[in-house]
Amino acid sequence: MSIKDRYDVIVIGSGPGGLAAAISAKKNGAKDVLIIERDVEPGGILLQCIHNGFGVEIFKKDLPGPSYAQHFINEAFSTGVEFLLDTMVLQITPEKRITASSKRHGFVEVRTKAIVLAMGCRERTRAQIRLPGTRAAGIFTAGTAQRWVNVEGYMPGKNFVILGSGDIGMIMARRLTFEGAHVERVLEVMPYLSGLTRNYVQCLLDFDIQLQLQRTIKNIIGKKRVEAIESVAVDKKWNPIPGTEEIIPCDTLLLSVGLIPENELSRQIGVMIDPITGGPIVDDSFQTNIPGIFSAGNVVHVYDLVDWVTEAGLTAGKSAARWVSSGSQTNAINLPVRAGENVRYAVPHTIQPDHLAEGDIRVQMRVRQPIEKPVWVEVRSGEKLLHRKGEPYARPGEMVTIPIKQKLMDEVKSAKDLTIAIVER
Amino acid sequence: MATILEKVICVTCPKGCTLEVTLEGDTIIKVENGCKRGHEYVHQELTDPRRMVASSVQVKGGLHPLLPVYTSAPFPKARIQELLSALRQVEVNTPVKMDDIVLRNALGTGIDIHASRDVKEEAITS
Ligand code: SF4
Repeated sequence: MSIKDRYDVIVIGSGPGGLAAAISAKKNGAKDVLIIERDVEPGGILLQCIHNGFGVEIFKKDLPGPSYAQHFINEAFSTGVEFLLDTMVLQITPEKRITASSKRHGFVEVRTKAIVLAMGCRERTRAQIRLPGTRAAGIFTAGTAQRWVNVEGYMPGKNFVILGSGDIGMIMARRLTFEGAHVERVLEVMPYLSGLTRNYVQCLLDFDIQLQLQRTIKNIIGKKRVEAIESVAVDKKWNPIPGTEEIIPCDTLLLSVGLIPENELSRQIGVMIDPITGGPIVDDSFQTNIPGIFSAGNVVHVYDLVDWVTEAGLTAGKSAARWVSSGSQTNAINLPVRAGENVRYAVPHTIQPDHLAEGDIRVQMRVRQPIEKPVWVEVRSGEKLLHRKGEPYARPGEMVTIPIKQKLMDEVKSAKDLTIAIVER
Repeated sequence: MATILEKVICVTCPKGCTLEVTLEGDTIIKVENGCKRGHEYVHQELTDPRRMVASSVQVKGGLHPLLPVYTSAPFPKARIQELLSALRQVEVNTPVKMDDIVLRNALGTGIDIHASRDVKEEAITS
């Protein structure tokens, strides 16, 4: 493939967010659309997520990750999206000049009118959670183990302990069991599960894998290879409780302790980052503070359903195409959307009330603390309640969504800001 | 006969609702919470539990040595290990198209095992 030196829209990353953005940019009139991907094939992390559970919202089907990706890869090719694979973006300037290095093309420099950042997220590592103990072999992030087992065909160990009850950790517990390994224990520092309940049932309960809440790792034992870990109970403030230590023999420790949006490139361009989400501050069109630079998917905040990543990508791609066709107009007023009671953060961070003319605007958030009771999710303007929606419960592991209804346009236009809150019913 | 209340977590979709099932012996009297699919799940779970299974088989001539595969319908839970052993014997050749059948009528259950993705034949470079 030959690369042009100018594009309308360039998308960084070919995971679900990037594929959707590129397809949508193309469908909304952008002429030349390019995806730059560092892996040798498009699809992103979905390619190693071979389990089912993808596409429930969009396809009304329960698809494995690679199938979900395949649908969009096929659509990207058929709509004429171009790909530059095996290529690492090195730098992006605010003038939208992109430099990259590619095995095949060498040093690449391209210019574009709009950019969609879709780099996804990265796993938190041992260093980031300051895990004590020796530096023995046999400590992996759950996603690395997933790549080995599902794509490359290696088993990272025989006898596992998994730290963290995130979805990838639980899914890997099942996957490793399928491949003949033994999973001794899953430890979670929080007093509640951090992944989806269904994964607790079908990945742990089904295989009698024990989950222990409010426990963490005090020490890793082993010289060359992990031989055991020492676990300890913690109180609400994560302080270890002396006398509760347990030595658990194992040869491998997997870490499933959270995902962080991957924003090195964004920071370098000067995109403003929300310290809570770790991702760019965006408006409802997924535009960042730099005009013409959009971002979508897990690079903005970590979703729990890929379908929503796709939705975000579609919006970002459409916005990028429009921005190109409107001759790069910078936008009107942005109304802040603030996180109120029990809301840790809400995305988008701002909305353009005019966009309500085209339909509802979806706001997504995470709660601070689990509320195992019926709740109201409220949209307020100052003290005034504009709209509310009931949910049977609210849990930090499950993202909450509320639409800002189109019919509220007049009220939203006269508001100074909007506050989203979650209160008990 | 005394009725008992059992909680079943539905795994049909990511919502993971907790359904409350009232049982009299083995007979389901009443199911509360959840949607229609959830109620079907409860009946299935209490009579013949099944799960979607995803694993991999070996593939020759592709970029990677493994081809991800999945069951076209939920598979009897008690026979999952047996299915996995059967899949370990399967080896396919490129090119593979998504949804190609890699194992037909697995273990006589009537359930086919499908490829989860395309795998192109890699041009051999020396
Ligand atoms: S009961 Fe319905 S909504 Fe709830 S988890 Fe099952 S399928 Fe999903």
